[in-house]
Amino acid sequence: MSENRLEIRNLHARIEGGAEILKGVDLVVPAGEVHALMGQNGSGKSTLAKVMAGDPSYEITDGDILIDGESILEMEPDERARAGLYLAFQYPVEVPGVSIANFLRLALNARREDDDEIGVMEFYEKLQRAVKELNWDESIIERNLHEGFSGGEKKRSEILQLLVLEPKYAILDETDSGLDVDALKVVSQGVNAARGANFGALVITHYQRLLNYIVPDKVHVMSDGRIITTGEKELAMQLDDKGYDWIKSEVASGAAPA
Amino acid sequence: MADAPLQHPDADKLTGMEHEKQYDFQLPEKYFYKSEKGLNARVIEKISYFKGEPQWMLDFRLKALDIAIKKGAPKWGPDLSGLDFDDIYFYIRPQEKQGTTKSWDDIPEEVRNTYQRLGIPEAEQKVLAGVGAQYESEMVYHNLKEEWEKQGVIFLDTDTGLKEHPEIFKEYFATVVPPEDNYYAAVNSAVWSGGSFVYVPAGVEVDVPLQAYFLLNAQQIGQFERTLIIVEPGAKAHYIEGCTAPTYDSDSFHSGVIEIIAKENSNVRYSTIQNWSHNVYNLVTQRAMVYDNASMGWLDGNLGSKVTMKYPSCYLVGPGAHGEVLSIAFAGDGQHQDAGAKVIHAAPNTTSSVVSKSISKGEGTSSYRGLVQIHEGATNAKSNVECDALLLDETSKTNTYPYIEINEKSAHVGHEATVSKLNEEQIFYLQSRGLAEDEAMALIVRGFLEPVAKELPLEYAVELNRLIELEMEGSVG
Repeated sequence: MSENRLEIRNLHARIEGGAEILKGVDLVVPAGEVHALMGQNGSGKSTLAKVMAGDPSYEITDGDILIDGESILEMEPDERARAGLYLAFQYPVEVPGVSIANFLRLALNARREDDDEIGVMEFYEKLQRAVKELNWDESIIERNLHEGFSGGEKKRSEILQLLVLEPKYAILDETDSGLDVDALKVVSQGVNAARGANFGALVITHYQRLLNYIVPDKVHVMSDGRIITTGEKELAMQLDDKGYDWIKSEVASGAAPA
Repeated sequence: MADAPLQHPDADKLTGMEHEKQYDFQLPEKYFYKSEKGLNARVIEKISYFKGEPQWMLDFRLKALDIAIKKGAPKWGPDLSGLDFDDIYFYIRPQEKQGTTKSWDDIPEEVRNTYQRLGIPEAEQKVLAGVGAQYESEMVYHNLKEEWEKQGVIFLDTDTGLKEHPEIFKEYFATVVPPEDNYYAAVNSAVWSGGSFVYVPAGVEVDVPLQAYFLLNAQQIGQFERTLIIVEPGAKAHYIEGCTAPTYDSDSFHSGVIEIIAKENSNVRYSTIQNWSHNVYNLVTQRAMVYDNASMGWLDGNLGSKVTMKYPSCYLVGPGAHGEVLSIAFAGDGQHQDAGAKVIHAAPNTTSSVVSKSISKGEGTSSYRGLVQIHEGATNAKSNVECDALLLDETSKTNTYPYIEINEKSAHVGHEATVSKLNEEQIFYLQSRGLAEDEAMALIVRGFLEPVAKELPLEYAVELNRLIELEMEGSVG
């Protein structure tokens, strides 16, 4: 069972030809757990998320990323997705003319053998369950992917996709940013619905607020391209009260575990 | 033209990869008669002789030849220097007898098999009101379901239409597109052969499509079908045209003329999904006269061909007439799609809408060329033009040539044009959901075309998607 985890080992990465952004990230999210990743703007959180998903604009110079013990470094973004990884984007793109229903059916079938496409009824039941979970109107599935969506609707769509695609490991990149409290509750409800023994998640956020609704098993703090400390869920509250400079000096003085 | 083959460096890839087996046919050339190469009076007399035409039609053809010679080829538009009339067979007669059969069994096996591979006989049973099939210069099959025949609908090949319905034929033929109209219309008028003759009596609504399918098999052939569609007041028709040809090193030439008369309160749609191989020059004139409160829609899918020049037109001549042109062009490597629309508002309260979507890839070029003309006195005319171009890579090109002429103060004319490039962020996003890169690209392209594709009957939308995917193959690099 110890193999069932998402693991990042000494990961170094940069924008192709640019300065190093990730300077040796080590992180483990075991299956069945939800971890929070907190840090200031520019600490490298979103870069880490995109590098894990295989964004081609980044170059990995050292280290490894493993799903259940298997390196995914050489895999294309779609192969990583099929291996069980999911990224909820901070800024989901619009794809005009492609309905959510059509898109998700294609994405699901991409995970299955050619002769084993998902049945139409089975698919719609699954999709409708997810739509209900997010208190959304059913008509949403016929809308084109993010075309004319508000910021909040786009975030909700990211969680809808997560519920339908059922990945093993999900990274949520600032899914809370730009959400009002009601939207935050709905999105959190969706993530909590996905929780279970076979699901691990890394929830990236600036603020402790989201973690009131998605209670993490561990909290990691990132600064200048590294994880500087890891603690229990209380660490998020302390960070909210005392700020990032506090944790940096705690780590420097040895008061917090590095 | 020199003997050097006009072969694209990637010809193997084009023929081998981009055309699935279904389209990858090449039948042995077996013909009853093949004209000499080139366009001249001798060839025209032969055509007329074989068809057993009335004298007036031969006179019409010879006069059209004179007009063509005087006019000469147009100097504008895409490069047509590779098209050499002296190297083209203007008429190939596949079988001795004139006229078509109503049974697929009467068609030579090899030809029948090709149509079967294209799924035509199957579609005929399931979703069509009637089917015509043209092979080289002649229609070989034409059949209309009995229920429509009983209601007075006529659906014949054009040669038979001339024989069996001379009064209707003479009244309308060449009235919408006279030979004087343009060079290629004159050439077509001189050597026309085949095409469909459709007549829908007043009030009859043919609510399932009629389809004609055009096959070119011979090398260096010219195909000049002539389609005439007359829809009487209050009637309704949807005509679908499909076409394909095998790939050869040498070029072929397709130049059809389509004339449509949409009478008062009628509703006419004409849809084309053309899938010519990449060695065909496709220069077509499509025009409709649209009378009071009638509605005419062209849906034009231009895939394949080496060069396409095609601007479906609506002449809105009756008050309240409505015209629509929806077009899709896919210009792959070495292809030039010069397509667009022409809408003439010549009566009050006429409305029109043009939506053009083009995709270019590799060394391909797609151009939108359109004319919106509002005549004086055509009060309260409304026209809206939207053309969107999508470039799949750094080397492909797109052009827009919109011409707008307004001679009426009360006109409302809108024009919007966009050019976008295939977006890396979109591709990454879709890949992160499990779609392979080529699937992601195809999905973005399908989405781009969706506003037009959704207007197609389902079977054809599926076909269009499949053709797009074939054209997209090898795009990932």
